[in-house]
Amino acid sequence: MKIKTLTLAAALTVGIAGAAEARDQIRIVGSSTVFPFSTAVAEQFGKTSSFSTPVVESTGTGGGMKLFCAGVGENHPDMTNASRRMKKSEFEACTKNGIDITEVQVGFDGIVIANAKGGADLDLSLEQLFLALAKDIPRDGKLIANPYRMWSDIDPTLPKQKIEVLGPPPTSGTRDAFVEIAMEGGCKTLPGAAELGLKKKACHAVREDGVFIEAGENDNLIVQKLEANPAAYGIFGFSFLDQNADKLKGASVNGTEPEFEAIAAGDYPVSRSLFFYVKQQHVGVIPGIKEFVFEFTSENAWGPDGYLIDKGLIPLPDADRAAMGKQAQGLQPLAM
Amino acid sequence: MTDFPADRSITRKPDFSDAHLRRRYRAEARFRMYGIAAIFAALAMLAVLLGSIVSTGSSAFTQTEMALDIHLDAALIDPDGTRDPAILAKANYRKIVRDAMRAQFPDVSGRRNQRSLFKIISSGSDFDLRQFVEANTELIGTTQTIWFKTSADIDQLAKGAIPRDVPEGDRRVKDAQIGWFDTLDEDGRIRRSFNTTFFTSGDSREPEQAGVWGAVVGTALTLAVTLVLSFPIGVMAAVYLEEFAPKNRWTDLIEVNINNLAAVPSIVFGLLGLAVFLNFFGLPRSAPLVGGLVLALMTLPTVIIAGRAALQSVPRSIREAALGVGASPLQTVSHHVLPLAMPGILTGTIIGMARALGETAPLLMIGMVAFIVDIPRGFTDAATVLPVQVFLWADAPERAFVERTSAAIIVLLAFLIIMNLAAVLLRRKFERRW
Repeated sequence: MKIKTLTLAAALTVGIAGAAEARDQIRIVGSSTVFPFSTAVAEQFGKTSSFSTPVVESTGTGGGMKLFCAGVGENHPDMTNASRRMKKSEFEACTKNGIDITEVQVGFDGIVIANAKGGADLDLSLEQLFLALAKDIPRDGKLIANPYRMWSDIDPTLPKQKIEVLGPPPTSGTRDAFVEIAMEGGCKTLPGAAELGLKKKACHAVREDGVFIEAGENDNLIVQKLEANPAAYGIFGFSFLDQNADKLKGASVNGTEPEFEAIAAGDYPVSRSLFFYVKQQHVGVIPGIKEFVFEFTSENAWGPDGYLIDKGLIPLPDADRAAMGKQAQGLQPLAM
Repeated sequence: MTDFPADRSITRKPDFSDAHLRRRYRAEARFRMYGIAAIFAALAMLAVLLGSIVSTGSSAFTQTEMALDIHLDAALIDPDGTRDPAILAKANYRKIVRDAMRAQFPDVSGRRNQRSLFKIISSGSDFDLRQFVEANTELIGTTQTIWFKTSADIDQLAKGAIPRDVPEGDRRVKDAQIGWFDTLDEDGRIRRSFNTTFFTSGDSREPEQAGVWGAVVGTALTLAVTLVLSFPIGVMAAVYLEEFAPKNRWTDLIEVNINNLAAVPSIVFGLLGLAVFLNFFGLPRSAPLVGGLVLALMTLPTVIIAGRAALQSVPRSIREAALGVGASPLQTVSHHVLPLAMPGILTGTIIGMARALGETAPLLMIGMVAFIVDIPRGFTDAATVLPVQVFLWADAPERAFVERTSAAIIVLLAFLIIMNLAAVLLRRKFERRW
């Protein structure tokens, strides 16, 4: 049955595929964190230029890299978005398939720990955050399962309240960034942790005893749950806090509040860089790639007053932006 | 007649006592009540679901608009007076709209304040103005009062989704903007009108510009491919297996496989589609054609199983009578059995199509979970479908997308109802009783 269907379907589609014209639309894949920004640029680009509006897929950073590095040609995407830097292994996969890459850093994204307006204020250090969420913690020279139930158990100055944190699942890029920056950062400064083997990847384990609740990929859902439960804290991207500032407030980390200026200046510790990567072999073949990169890196888009800032992007410092813009528009190749 | 042994010890006398009878009636009544309660529970859940969707989503069907006196300056729009579409398309409409805003609020000065002022009007208003001018070239040179969409934040403020009583720093809309909005409102320059954009345009990152039409067209194209492939193939397979195929180990094997395929998770079909249609045949990503092919593979087992059940329910006597008056097996099937089985087959097809209508997982693999602004014009254009649109909007940070998510669900449900209605009408047309 399946064979019959496949042959029929194949016979039908091969005919149509032969008639399909060369692609005139830019295709972008990659991170769901960069997706809101990439789509905003795509829409603006489609409206103001003579090219058709690029198609932007939200595949996640890793999935995007895989598609992007699969090869050169119409069937492969022209750009990929990433909420982390391209890994060496991914770069090698790309190079093996004859792809030259231009890397563009577009700005920052802050990861916030927020709760409902009515809830208790939280002022955490990364260490305390690690102690609240890690699976195992060091105590008296031994690794023990995380015993903390209340914030005040960790430090008496913290609120006398049950620890309850809603966060993204391991498939999410936000989770990757959170464990890498916040958990690893807290672990690094914790006395006695490194001796017990708690370093790098070992610090990434999040407790599974119901204190940390995986709330799914949808950040709007976490926002709604926080509203309903003022005792809970949520972990998500800065733009959701920005959009819901009338309902939520962000916790200070290492004494810095998660505010636009603090993240832009690099004072707020839990922030990451956002990137996109361009396939050089497609420039000039697929129309509009160069112009799209120009649009993305124009002051009107990623500058401090640009429309991407309205969407929640945190811009690079002025000097870095100018340098990055020049590098991007010159399509400087990436080397690793 | 058989004679029972007249052994008193094993004959039981029915209990006709009142107490026992009452117990039986009570049990009967209880059982009915459970049934009614189950129905009411299901209805209540449905009502809660629909109620919450409609109450959140209905406000998306209206859009707040503001009136501006626009001077359609001929020197700016069409300096040579040629009315050439290429020149009309290139004019600086942004400047015209902004000049009108400045004229409306002459005392707003300074770059920061003006930027804040321009944020109350939709950022797409220059395109709206361009369309207006292109449709009414005779008005160039005059001053017209034109209604523009407000920005999504102002729209949410007008609808009450952004509260005014929280501190200014915690609000998307600033005090000055509320002041300007109220001034416009007092002048009668604010109205709520039907949100046609929602039904006529494709996706957008600006909530007030976003619409479902692209997704509706994408859904229609995808389902058309699914139907055209899965219905004839499914019916032919069902007819052959039920009416002609010999009963042997091979047909048993095929039957078991079809039943198993019907239970395979849909993402697996997406992976199959990625491997076969995209990587092997080189079909374009995100195309409704590929989406339809994948969904057709997913729907086929359902259609075949339902088709076979419908064919089985046609009485043997019909076949025997047809064969008896000299019809060939082909004539028997095509003239008598198939028309009689058609209502059942259609029901099965609709169930399969309804499942296909709600799928996002297999489409993720073939690139249909994407931001697509342009309305697809054919089977190989990039397109997305309604459930994907719901998924993408549900994930968007802007608050105005919350109501649009629910509104898109309403559209999806309407699409489903229209499909089901078509099936009911078709079924009634074919329905026979014996």
